[in-house]
Amino acid sequence: MAQQPDYSDRPWLDPNATPFIRVQAITKKFGPFTAVDNVDLDIYRGELFCLLGGSGCGKTTLLRILAGFETPTIGTISIDGADMTSVPPYERPVNMMFQSYALFPHMTVERNVAYGLERDGIAKAEIAAQVNDMLSMVELTPFAKRKPHQLSGGQRQRVALARALVKRPKVLLLDEPLGALDKRLREQTQYELMNIQDRLGITFVVVTHDQEEAMTLSTRIAVMDVGRFVQIGTPTEIYEFPETRFVADFIGSTNMFEGRITENGADHVRVRAEEYEADFYIDHGMSIKEGTKVWVAVRPEKVEISKTAPPFGPNQLKGVVRDVGYLGNFSTYRVQLSNTRIVAVTHPNQRRPARGEHEVDWDDEVHLSWAASSAVVLTK
Amino acid sequence: MGKRTTFQFSVLCFGMAFLYVPMVLLIVYSFNYSKIVPVWGGWSTRWYTVLFESEEVWAALTLSLKIALMNATFATLLGVLAGIALARFGRFRGRTLFTGMISAPLVMPEVITGLSLLLLFITLGDLIGWPGERGITTITIAHITFSMAYVTVIIQSRLTGMAQDLEEAAMDLGSKPFRVLTDITLPLLAPGMLAGWLLAFTLSLDDLVIASFVSGPGANTLPMLIYSRVRLGLRPDINALATIIIVVVAIGVCIAGWLLFRQQRQRERDMQMAATENLKTGY
Repeated sequence: MAQQPDYSDRPWLDPNATPFIRVQAITKKFGPFTAVDNVDLDIYRGELFCLLGGSGCGKTTLLRILAGFETPTIGTISIDGADMTSVPPYERPVNMMFQSYALFPHMTVERNVAYGLERDGIAKAEIAAQVNDMLSMVELTPFAKRKPHQLSGGQRQRVALARALVKRPKVLLLDEPLGALDKRLREQTQYELMNIQDRLGITFVVVTHDQEEAMTLSTRIAVMDVGRFVQIGTPTEIYEFPETRFVADFIGSTNMFEGRITENGADHVRVRAEEYEADFYIDHGMSIKEGTKVWVAVRPEKVEISKTAPPFGPNQLKGVVRDVGYLGNFSTYRVQLSNTRIVAVTHPNQRRPARGEHEVDWDDEVHLSWAASSAVVLTK
Repeated sequence: MGKRTTFQFSVLCFGMAFLYVPMVLLIVYSFNYSKIVPVWGGWSTRWYTVLFESEEVWAALTLSLKIALMNATFATLLGVLAGIALARFGRFRGRTLFTGMISAPLVMPEVITGLSLLLLFITLGDLIGWPGERGITTITIAHITFSMAYVTVIIQSRLTGMAQDLEEAAMDLGSKPFRVLTDITLPLLAPGMLAGWLLAFTLSLDDLVIASFVSGPGANTLPMLIYSRVRLGLRPDINALATIIIVVVAIGVCIAGWLLFRQQRQRERDMQMAATENLKTGY
């Protein structure tokens, strides 16, 4: 008897799971401009789902549609089985944490957090207890009587989070939650956010333009461009198996080589890149007709750089180091090929170089190579 | 001291003189004993006594203050409603017409506004018998029509500058639109409303032209009284009146400035405190 696979961490793979949030054929137009273009999306209970994209890609509009601030031109939204399409924001089981935090400047921290509960007509003692719980969770109890302008950026962010969570919404929407924080605080807050999400089990939908943030936070990422989803998948899928050049380029950096399929085997493809006078061999991927124009994408950290030539084979290029960036934990190289194209390579500095001497340095002639499994073939 | 600083200093002196010499003259002459204004007759406060004994002046002042208070209150009320409609209701039918109507009194010459309102009151009086007699009511109505335009502009610009996400956040937390208005929008608008109220108050207290058109027999506002008296020649008791007004205004401005300054400093101190704590606690 085949064992039932465990989908509890990955409900999107479970064919029997019912989505918690269903976005169906949503289009939003502002005059002649289409902000969101016929998108479908299923998000499951307990997910931390990221909408990732550049500015103007429609991610914020989609979030605002989920919150109820915008009505979709076409399409429907349902949350936990209930149709939400025309439900006003104040009746949705959804709360939002705004990019600007939108704390009420004329109310104390306490009153800000209590505001949502007061609207629900809960008893005063009960409100006070819940507000206290929430403030202690975000470690703001000593600041309860302060006004927002008496807080630092990080504290304000946590007030905003507490205020949005205190009503125990079914879904929490976060618009660039870490955008206004500095780098150190951002990393710290990132993990706090994940812990809180884990503890409360609330489904999070996060909008961000920061791919690093999306990678660390989310269970799944939807990459958006011009109002559509380009790819939806786990961080690993998005990074290691991008489906288009846009995704490969948007998430991390990548080296792209244009070529044509010369051999379409059962478990591999061969690509000839005339411009580079190079052959590439990729031992995974789809079946693509011979002669098709494709792009071979290799991440900079998957490229080996060496001054000695590797044994003859595919996936090799030769060039001259034009730029070295020593970042301490790793170094970045910009290698110019004979056809003047630049290839980016990053290499961890596992060994401490002798004083003033690096293994690979400016103007060195180097060989670049990568394993057959490292690159991906993209058709669009 | 270089050439440039001498030049700057003289320009400054000239500017100050231009602004303040007339007022200083007025104050000095209000203490003049002589009945003929430009002839100096020694120091005296007799014109202040004359002024305080004049019932006519008191009546005009009371009337002006009454009108200004009512005007400021109603103009603020209407101006806030109009400002919210313009800044928050998006594109509604007739919005362009409404915007035009609101800003018309800002650019219309006062003479025209006064004249047209007078015509309106006369026609209305003939048609429905109201207003029977022109006076405090007609002046107040006339003042409201043009001051609310100013209030609307203030409120609208404040609302446009005020991020809408505060209102959205309130709605997101469960407030219906009216609740959002009373909980968030209006409290945040309070400074704008106060500014609008004060402006409307001053505009009304200051107005001579429109009041002259729409006033009736026996209803003299303070500017009307001053103007009618000065028309027959400069009078020392009017100088005294003007001096009192200047002093009251100056005290008001000083108090407002001091309050603002204190508030600003408190805010800066709070923010500095939050920043230092931030360093200590790591958040």
